[in-house]
Formats: sequence, structure tokens, C-alpha cells
Amino acid sequence: MKITLKVWRQKDKNAKGGFKTYQLDHVSPDMSFLEMFDVLNIDLVKKGEEPIHFDHDCREGICGMCSMYINGHPHGPLQTTTCQLHMRSFKDGDTITVEPWRAKAFPVLKDLVVDRTAFDRIQQAGGYVSVNTGGVPDANEIPIPKKVADEAFDAATCIGCGACVAACKNASAMLFVAAKVSQFTLLPQGQPERKERVEKMVAQMDAEGFGACTNTRACEAECPKGIKITTIARMNREYFGAKLSSYEVQVGGGGE
Amino acid sequence: MKLDSKVPEGPLAEKWTKHKFNLKLVNPANKRKYEVIVVGTGLAGASAAASLAELGYNVKAFCFQDSPRRAHSIAAQGGINAAKNYQNDGDSIYRLFYDTIKGGDYRAREANVYRLAEVSVNIIDQCVAQGVPFAREYGGLLSNRSFGGAQVSRTFYARGQTGQQLLLGAYGALNRQIAAGKVKMYNRSEMLDVVVHDGKARGIVVRDLTTGKIEAHSAHAVLLCTGGYGNVFFLSTNAKGCNVTAAWRAHKKGALFGNPCFTQIHPTCIPVSGDHQSKLTLMSESLRNDGRIWVPKKPMPGLRAKDAVNLPESERDYFLERKYPSFGNLVPRDVGSRNAKYMCDEGRGVGPTGLAVFMDFSDAIKRDGKKTIEAKYGNLFDMYQQITGDNPYEVPMMIFPAVHYTMGGLWVDYNLMTTVPGLYALGEANFSDHGANRLGASALMQGLADGYFVIPYTIGDYLANIGWADKIGTEHPVFQEAVTNVNQRLQQLLNIKGKKTVDEFHRELGLTMWEYCGMSRSEKGLVLAKQKIQQLKQDFWSNVIVSGQANDINMELEKAGRVADFIELGELMVDDALNRSESCGGHFREESQTPDGEAMRKDDEYAYVAAWEYKGENQPEALHKEELRFENVKLTQRSYK
Repeated sequence: MKITLKVWRQKDKNAKGGFKTYQLDHVSPDMSFLEMFDVLNIDLVKKGEEPIHFDHDCREGICGMCSMYINGHPHGPLQTTTCQLHMRSFKDGDTITVEPWRAKAFPVLKDLVVDRTAFDRIQQAGGYVSVNTGGVPDANEIPIPKKVADEAFDAATCIGCGACVAACKNASAMLFVAAKVSQFTLLPQGQPERKERVEKMVAQMDAEGFGACTNTRACEAECPKGIKITTIARMNREYFGAKLSSYEVQVGGGGE
Repeated sequence: MKLDSKVPEGPLAEKWTKHKFNLKLVNPANKRKYEVIVVGTGLAGASAAASLAELGYNVKAFCFQDSPRRAHSIAAQGGINAAKNYQNDGDSIYRLFYDTIKGGDYRAREANVYRLAEVSVNIIDQCVAQGVPFAREYGGLLSNRSFGGAQVSRTFYARGQTGQQLLLGAYGALNRQIAAGKVKMYNRSEMLDVVVHDGKARGIVVRDLTTGKIEAHSAHAVLLCTGGYGNVFFLSTNAKGCNVTAAWRAHKKGALFGNPCFTQIHPTCIPVSGDHQSKLTLMSESLRNDGRIWVPKKPMPGLRAKDAVNLPESERDYFLERKYPSFGNLVPRDVGSRNAKYMCDEGRGVGPTGLAVFMDFSDAIKRDGKKTIEAKYGNLFDMYQQITGDNPYEVPMMIFPAVHYTMGGLWVDYNLMTTVPGLYALGEANFSDHGANRLGASALMQGLADGYFVIPYTIGDYLANIGWADKIGTEHPVFQEAVTNVNQRLQQLLNIKGKKTVDEFHRELGLTMWEYCGMSRSEKGLVLAKQKIQQLKQDFWSNVIVSGQANDINMELEKAGRVADFIELGELMVDDALNRSESCGGHFREESQTPDGEAMRKDDEYAYVAAWEYKGENQPEALHKEELRFENVKLTQRSYK
């Protein structure tokens, strides 16, 4: 296959970036999208140029590190991660445009590499159950209905890649945050911190500069793990509920 | 050097309890005076960092990825073993211990393995309390499955994403401590050296991968939780970033390397499709329950799956069923892998490269119906189709073995301490629990056992003994010297400006390792491999091309440093494989077979851990032996006929 690539190149955080065009004449349809970049990069290095920098690691669709915006879609035309996209999804002679995730909260570090530490900080704000190692009850002490456990799993399957943010015209991180909030809202282990968790995570999400959700469902359409927008509905419900009845409101009387 | 495993005296089942009591404690008020460095944030690293911070120690944690959640533990599919006996099917701590020792082909330490089985039950409790959504039955209790040929159902799982869910649990615990200010997290930071002074580990040198800045960090103890080294083969099921650099730098600073040649090769991976291939994808071995493995009786080069459908039964060789009538397609991983290789060596491999065998579901679909097969393997079939473009409901799958896990690693004692005091190795980075072969669903168990339930006890003893004053700051000349050396090495790599890329060297190393130190090894091949690797090393340091600069994001430079270390490790693996002229577990020496061509152990000569000591640049390493004593299990030879 012959492929023309238009790729975003940017020297560093502060540099002005731009598209550069590359011509590839020997692309195999069995190559993954990232392997096509590997082959191109070997050529660039041999010519003494800097290779195109992009994030990637597991290359089996689970670590969430790869993050290319391909022809206007995060991770390209299929609902999968970029590493699981293969060149047989394109036609001989295609021109493919590749950009980094575009969001204020995900600054570009170099070429296609962006900084997603905002996601880590949102998780640090409350994406866990506060238990120390040791001293926990037996694993079978609290039965959890299978359907509830399955639904919690469906939310927990988020890989934190940021495709939802990249897909959203508002660069909203609601699907990402809602996935974690949903997992713990559904499980009995998440109940003690249910209200303050959603309050803290939403507050951190806003502080990071992500936009609001306007229910366009672009995130759901692009999420490689099929996280549902119903998680966002659940998070909204939880958030309003928490604002009206959280521990601070009940015990502190609503103010200092 | 005398290796002291520090295995406590007394009956097997009481060793750990007794040992925990005998370990010194650090007073709660004094814990905040200690600093601990944790390198790597997979299951072992994240669980250790979180647990130590909860106890009150000040922790600095490092990972090379953009977030601690990306560590490759995330990719583990199958499950995690624990001796809960929830199924009332006869499991026990002793049975899990016994299965693990036997599965490791009697090359692991009894006391470590028993402890692993003992704490396995606590791991499940801990993960459930963290909100890990394990699979459940309709009654609400946890579900189990039998895995990897085990006779009992002791594997806990979260669909095919168990590693992901366990890691996110540990990542949550880590995040909680980051928020509490007890862990300082350094993302996109790669450890490039360990600093040893006065015979103790004092800290590390890291490169900030976003700025290229080289920084020193000091602490009272350093934990390496940096995973395995399967990427020495270039193609493996490991993530692209997995590397041996942290462990190798520690090795060069005095930490012995245990059993480096013990690698596990998984039989059911998607075959290589061409020279562009960058990694291999594992398909769960549960597929072998229904898939029949075959090649044509006569060589048919380039035979494609869609043409194979029409090949009459009389022209097919179901080689595993023929050679192992009682186990058939369910023979252990190493036996299945080796036989697939033999078929390809005979020229009977299939597909465009000739390096694949068929795994055929047509009989199972005829017998059980497509629906049943879809319910069992639907997601795997989809994944296969996504990667290869073939539909396994209609044509046979093609599979080939791939490197999956490394049982070898830094030698550690019962406390998980390496031969450098204050330097520990946890998880896949150490050699300790799996012997010569790891059982399915045991890697996750070991990573979390080390991090949650072993190191929090054993590190206290070391710290209490040295005292908090025993620390040196990064202004000390030994740190400055280490920083200078790291900078020089990076500059040296950039200055070579040769003609071959890092990836080309890595591929070449991988091919040599796979050919001569892979599924089947012989003295002749290994001697040749050693020469090839030595030549490759010379060529690398005179002809590699690394673009860009040191003070910038530079992924070529990152790779170059890792491949340089892989080349040196490769040579040690070959030395170790040469030394061990027996077959055991994943290590098959052609010279040591039974008359039927099966692996033959030599317990009289090789019932020891081979621990290698670095002796300087281009010097042969020194072999130290830790004799393995088996007081509780009887050594037997495996048979699957």
C-alpha cells in the first residue's frame, strides 16, 4: 500500500507546531498503525532526522498510553486503541492526518506526546476506597449481586487513555471521571466515601480545566472500552445528591 | 561470596510466622524519619509504595510511563491464584505450595513458595476491600476457575482483565498516599543507576524523560519493582517499554543475578506477520481446551488458513494428540511450545512465514455449536480477527510460541533483599518463587504478595538495624560521580553517530536469543550465540545511530540505553544456559533428554540457584550456587504421555 501521512510535529512544549507530510510506499495491510510509525521512524533516524515521538507501551489495547488523533477521530476509524488499529482499515493511496490529543488540560509535550497527569490528579482526589493494607474482612463476607458486580466492572474497564476528552468539543473529562465514580457507587465497598468522593473528583476535574458535558455522546462513540454515557448520568445524580446531603451538610449544618 | 538465603529454621508452615516475630520493628514515631525509593509501579511497586507509606515511611516512587497506571501488570489476562478453597474442592495452602514447587520443576526455594501460598488468601481479601470487581456467582460470592491444568479451581478473575483490575486497585491505594503527601510520585522518570556507598544502597540516579535532566535521589533503602526482561528477545508479549536497565545497573553494582536463562515461552500467541512486527500478542491458553493443533503431514510452504480448510484429514498431523495421547493438546506450556517449533524446523510450519501451526475449532463447532464456542471464546476470536483479518469461526487460527515471562531475576534472600544491603527486588524483577517454570495465574499473586505482605515486614528489620542517621545526601561525591557517569554514557551513545538504528540492533539480538537461547538450547548453539552477542556489542558501541539531544524528550536515546543493557544481559543468559547442562522447566537442553525426547532434570548436579556476580567490563561473571534443599516434597520427573 502507498500511504501519505500528514503528521503534527512540535519540537517541545513551547514551540509552535505544524503539519509535515511523509510518503510511505511499502505499507503492509497487516501492520498495526504504530508499526507503520516504527518503520517511518527508522527511515527518519537513518536520514539523521528526529523520529516522530508518540506515546505507546503495551500494544495490546489495555495500558491506555497510545493516543493519536487520526482523521478526526481519537484512535482512528475503529472503536479501539491506536495500537490495535491495522493498516487494512485504510485504502491504498489514502492520505491520513495524525494529530495529538487536543485539550487545554492535555498540553502537548512533543509531536504527538501529551501530558495527561491531570487524569492522575483527578484519581488522587478520591478515586479509591480508603483502606490500608491488612485488617480487611474476608473476601466473601459481603456478597455482591452478580449484576451489580458486572456493571461495576463495565465502568472499571476504563483505560484512562483520554479519547473521551479528545473526542469532545468541550474537552470534557466527564466519561473518565464518571467511570471511576460509577464503579465505587455501585459497590458496597465504595459506600462510606460515596458522597465526598464524587464532590472531590468533580472539583479536581473542574480545576484541571476540562470542559463541561453537553451530552453530545461523542465520548461514548469513541471510547475504546465501550464505557457508557449512563455512567455520566449516574455521576450527575450522585453529585447533586452529595451536594444536598453530604456529611458536611448533615453534620456541619451546611456551613462553618 | 557466601550466599545466605536467610530462610528461618523450623517447620515449613511456621517459618513465616516465626520470622515475622523475630524481625525488628521500627517505632511508629520513627518511621517518618526514613525514606524509601520504589522503582516501578506495577503490582509489586504500587502495592509496596502504598503499603510502606501507610505505615508512615516517606516514599518516592518512579515510573518511566506517563502514569503509574500503565505498568505492564495491567495486561495480565487470566487471573490470580489463592488458596481460599471457596469451592470446597480440596485446595489448601499446602496444595498451592506443592503445585507451585512441582510446576517450577523443583528449582524454587520451598520456604519462599510456602509463604507465597500462605499470604495468597490475604491478597484476595485486600483487593475486594479496595473495590476490585472480581467475577461473582449469582449468589453474590466470588467465582473461581481452574487454570493452567490445575486440579482445583483456585483462580480469581475479572473477565479477561484481571491484571488491569488488580493494578488499578493498587494504583488507587498509591494515589491515596500521593494525596496524603506520603508518596512523592515521579512519572516519566527512568532509573539509570543505583548508588552504593559503604556497602549499602543509598539512592538512585534517574533521567527525567520530559526534560532530559539527570537527577540524584537518596534514601535509606531502594526497592526495584521493575518487572522482567523478556524484551531481550525483541519480540515478546511484554510492553515495548519493559526493560532490564534498572536490574542490570543494580547487577553491575553488586547485586547477583539469579537463573537468568529461565524464561517462559507461551505456546498460543499470534504469529509474526512480517519484518515490521513490533510485539507479539498472547491468546489465552484456555483455547487449547477446544482447539486442535495440527500441521500438514507433508511440507506445504505458505499454506494459508483459508486453503487449509479443504485439506483432507488424512493429510493432517495432529502432532500433540499423536505424541501425547493422554494429555493431547493440553500438555504444559513448554512441551506444547517445543513441539510447535519442531514441526516448523521440519518445514511443516504454515502461513506466509512458515513459523506457525494451526489451531482448529471446526470439530468443536460441529460438536457444541457455534453459539457455545462463541460464549466461551468470543472475545478472543474477535481479538484474533482484529489483528490478523482471519475469521476463526470459518478458518483455523494460526499460532506460534512467544516469550512471555522471565522466572530469572535479581537474586534475593527470604527478606527479598539482594546481595547489596538495602537494595530489594520484588515481583518479576526477582528470581525467587517460580523456579524454572511459572504456573498460570501466579505472577499476579507473587507481585502483590511481595508488595502488600512481605516487604512491609522485612524492610523494617533492615531500617531498624541501620538507624535513620545512616543516610547520605545527594551532595555527597558518590552521587555526583554517579550523575557524571550517567551523563557521560548518554553523551557517548549520542556521539557514535553510526549507521544502524537501535531497533535494528535490538532485532538482531532478539533473533540470536530466540534461535539459540529460546525454546531449545544446545552447547554448540550457545557457544555460537555468545560469539554473535559479543560481536553485536562491539558493533553497537561503534555503529549505532541515536538522533536528537540529551536535554529533551528523546525516545531513541531511551531505547539505546536499554538495548545496550539487553545485549550484556543476553550474554549472561547464554552463559547461564551453557552452565546448566540439564533440562528443567522452560530450559530445554538438547543434550539432556529422556529416550522419548522429553526434558530430563539432573537433580544430583543442578538442584541449585545459579547466582552470577559481575566482575567488570568484558570479564567473565563468577558463578555462586545456592543449594536448594527439599525437606517437604519429593522430586519426581514429569510425564505427559
